[in-house]
Amino acid sequence: MKKALIPLALFLVIAGFLFAGLDLKPREVPSPLVGKAAPAFTLPVLHQPEKLFAPSEMKGKPWMLNVWASWCVACRDEHPLLVALAKQNVIPILGLNYKDQPLDAKRWLAQFGDPYLYSVMDTEGRVGIDYGVYGVPETYVIDGAGVIRFKHIGALTSDIVSGKILPLLKAMP
Amino acid sequence: MKRVFAALALALCLSALAQETPEEARLRTLQEKLRCLVCQNQTLADSPAGLADDLRRELREQMKTGRSDDEILNFMVARYGDFVLYEPPFKATTALLWVGPFVLLGLALVAMAMMARRRRNSIAEPELGAEERRLVVQALSPEEDRR
Repeated sequence: MKKALIPLALFLVIAGFLFAGLDLKPREVPSPLVGKAAPAFTLPVLHQPEKLFAPSEMKGKPWMLNVWASWCVACRDEHPLLVALAKQNVIPILGLNYKDQPLDAKRWLAQFGDPYLYSVMDTEGRVGIDYGVYGVPETYVIDGAGVIRFKHIGALTSDIVSGKILPLLKAMP
Repeated sequence: MKRVFAALALALCLSALAQETPEEARLRTLQEKLRCLVCQNQTLADSPAGLADDLRRELREQMKTGRSDDEILNFMVARYGDFVLYEPPFKATTALLWVGPFVLLGLALVAMAMMARRRRNSIAEPELGAEERRLVVQALSPEEDRR
């Protein structure tokens, strides 16, 4: 009787592991940057290239950094959400225009709407490396002290915005 | 003619190998230690992805500024996490990964030993009853005693 249960037990253990594996997302690598200070940078603003932007300008209030590019297809999926967030004035959104051509980027924003306070140009992807960007779009929530509190890899969904980002913002002073 | 070409091609390949400078060799070893996060089962050395190009550029620049291999690898880990290392470091969170296969092997060996022992016991020589013993003794004894 006991012996007959061994294959069943093994099956249940393996099935348990496989079932848990269904929900794992190997593409979403946990970022070591969450809980650390957002890396500093100085980059030209897309629409005013003579103006330089640095994250220190945002000190004192929470803000969102959204990595996007005109060549990025998934960015189109999440874009309406960002536009809606900007309309409701939930949080200032900064765009990191990643490895893009300024003309393409401007045309893309003109076509799909511009939710960004500024978009800054990271033409060579160097700031992207400092932020550990590997799959555009990526979104960071940075608090008033300049600490990264949340990172999302891939297109934002309304579940993530209402389930993770909004509660996080509410908990911030 | 074909043979001459083949020999020439081989010579070219070999000379290309021989000409790898120490810096190139160092770059190659570093690249083989790092994972490309876009195509996750490839090392940086194997990956044609755009990000891999950028990271290779970063490696070259940092090598030029005289940073050590450990400093460069730490730079990558600080940005992309332990996952960027192709060989994961031994830590509390990765202990199962490193030790797991040996634990499974150990369990399998123990199970095998137990099964072997049980089997040996189960095929132990059967005890002979008194009547059987008498028959065996009789069958084995010399011809003249049997009468």
